[in-house]
Amino acid sequence: MQTIQTRIRDFINETFPSTTAEEIPADQSLFDTGIIDSIGVLTLVTWIEQEFEIVVDDDDVVPENLDSIGQLTRYVHEKRTAAGLAP
Amino acid sequence: MNRYEVFLRDAARRRPAHEAIVHADGRTSYAELDALVDRCAVGLIQRAGLRNGERCVLFLDNRLETAVGIFATLRAGGVFSVINPTTKTDKLAYVLNNCEASVLVTQASLLAAALAAVEQSPSVRHVVVVGSPGTHVHAGNASVCTWSDFIASESPASSPAPVGIDIDLAMLVYTSGSTGHPKGVMMTHKNIAHAAASITTYLESHEDDVVLSVLPLAFDYGLYQLLMCVKVGATLVLEKSFAFPQKILPLLASERVTGFPLVPTMAALIVQLRNFNPDWAASVRYLTNTAAALPPAHILRLQEMFPAARVYSMYGMTESKRCTWLPPDQLAKRPDSVGIAIPGTEVWVADDDGKPVAANVIGELVVRGGHVMQGYWRNEEATARTLRPGRYPWEKVLHTGDLFRMDEEGYLYFVGRKDDIIKSRGEKVSPKEIENVLYALPGIKEAAIVGVPDDVLGSALKAIIVIAEDVQIEVRDIIAHCRAHLEDFMIPREVEFRSALPKTGTGKIRRAALQAEAEGRELPADDS
Repeated sequence: MQTIQTRIRDFINETFPSTTAEEIPADQSLFDTGIIDSIGVLTLVTWIEQEFEIVVDDDDVVPENLDSIGQLTRYVHEKRTAAGLAP
Repeated sequence: MNRYEVFLRDAARRRPAHEAIVHADGRTSYAELDALVDRCAVGLIQRAGLRNGERCVLFLDNRLETAVGIFATLRAGGVFSVINPTTKTDKLAYVLNNCEASVLVTQASLLAAALAAVEQSPSVRHVVVVGSPGTHVHAGNASVCTWSDFIASESPASSPAPVGIDIDLAMLVYTSGSTGHPKGVMMTHKNIAHAAASITTYLESHEDDVVLSVLPLAFDYGLYQLLMCVKVGATLVLEKSFAFPQKILPLLASERVTGFPLVPTMAALIVQLRNFNPDWAASVRYLTNTAAALPPAHILRLQEMFPAARVYSMYGMTESKRCTWLPPDQLAKRPDSVGIAIPGTEVWVADDDGKPVAANVIGELVVRGGHVMQGYWRNEEATARTLRPGRYPWEKVLHTGDLFRMDEEGYLYFVGRKDDIIKSRGEKVSPKEIENVLYALPGIKEAAIVGVPDDVLGSALKAIIVIAEDVQIEVRDIIAHCRAHLEDFMIPREVEFRSALPKTGTGKIRRAALQAEAEGRELPADDS
């Protein structure tokens, strides 16, 4: 099974594709670099809830949880662990 | 009879310590803003050699330097244009060439796109970069310097004298045109002052107001938040985006915000929130909405969430800034109306000859007043179509291209556009502009952009594509291509492949038929 990070990376590459072939570093800001915009946040949150069977609370929709592939991976891991799901 | 930058000087003299702009890097008082504007104006005149009437393009996001650049350009006698920071090289180069910009101000994160555009824009003599531009920076024949060097001069002992008068051109606001190329809407100082005076009258704006804006300064609705705050000496809390409502909404309480301008997409996000804190809304005395009508359910929910706020439904277009407003006491009675003409202006629903029609008859909205633009920059044909002879020999009135009806009591209702323009995320989108980009991708044989009704976006953009035989193109390739060439709000949300698109007898793609299909309407028999 793919890791959480791989699944997130694949989704971002597929949904917010770029014409450059470079891989997005795990710590790169997705918003400052324009990979994801304000409407993209909605798309991302909806996908995370469905894909990882978690509920993203309103309070959790902050850059600290969503602004890079690394932060997203940590957030999903923590939410799944808290919900008693396999990380 | 003043030029617009005089409002800043007046506000700084009246209450120098009063906060003008609250931004990512801190808080700037009116005296500090006024001094920064002086130093930047000196830089523009002395370092960049900006002459009266020359254009300065500000390719920047919502930040203090954008506000400084706007007022400094005016103080130096120039004409400013703020360009959306998600604009890509080709379009930026088009704008720089179209307005023959002399100076470009940008920021380090946008430098690659900016310099590539300057390479194609021989008129640009000077590039100013907020942040570090790095080493070995070249920009065609233009010289490059940092913002901090550019404004390094001491505040001049006496401020630069006003250059020009109030009927001079002050700004160009680029707006999508149905031909696919953006058009520069020309506004004089007097135009801006007229629009700002009218709007601040009905909003009852005053110097103790605090306005929170996440709207881009490149968008006239966002730009006027700054212009109107300066006019009345109020405080603007300037943010870059509404991507994280949890970061923005608490500012309403912590900054004691009194005015909060929205577009329907923001309203849709706010009414969905499960954890809205009533304390956030306590100080807000008004909400405004424009770009498209709010659904009545959202109006009701906003009124519950912001019990102390009046909700203003408005309608406008860049060519006259704002056309109509609905007095908040009318909202319950006619929630789908955009109201009446803004103070000091006139509007009417017209037949094909420009004459007023009877109540409830659909016609084109025509606008008359001091807020109406002077025309489109170097585009006489489009200007002649939009500005037509008015009541007096010297007067032009604005034909909006929007279809309206007026009820028996004189309140207006938006019906639809006469052209193909789609409203998505509160922005005007030209299908042609996106289709032109799509056709540049090898293998795309036919393309049409339609707007699909969407609760959050208003209209979500959908690309309907026919690809050439023996060509492999994935949805991903199309989206990546669009992301490389278009602003964020123009990127299609959905792509559908078909084997053919419907055509007219002359072989033209019947976009109107596809649009009707996307809305679930019956297909028009003939839209050629």
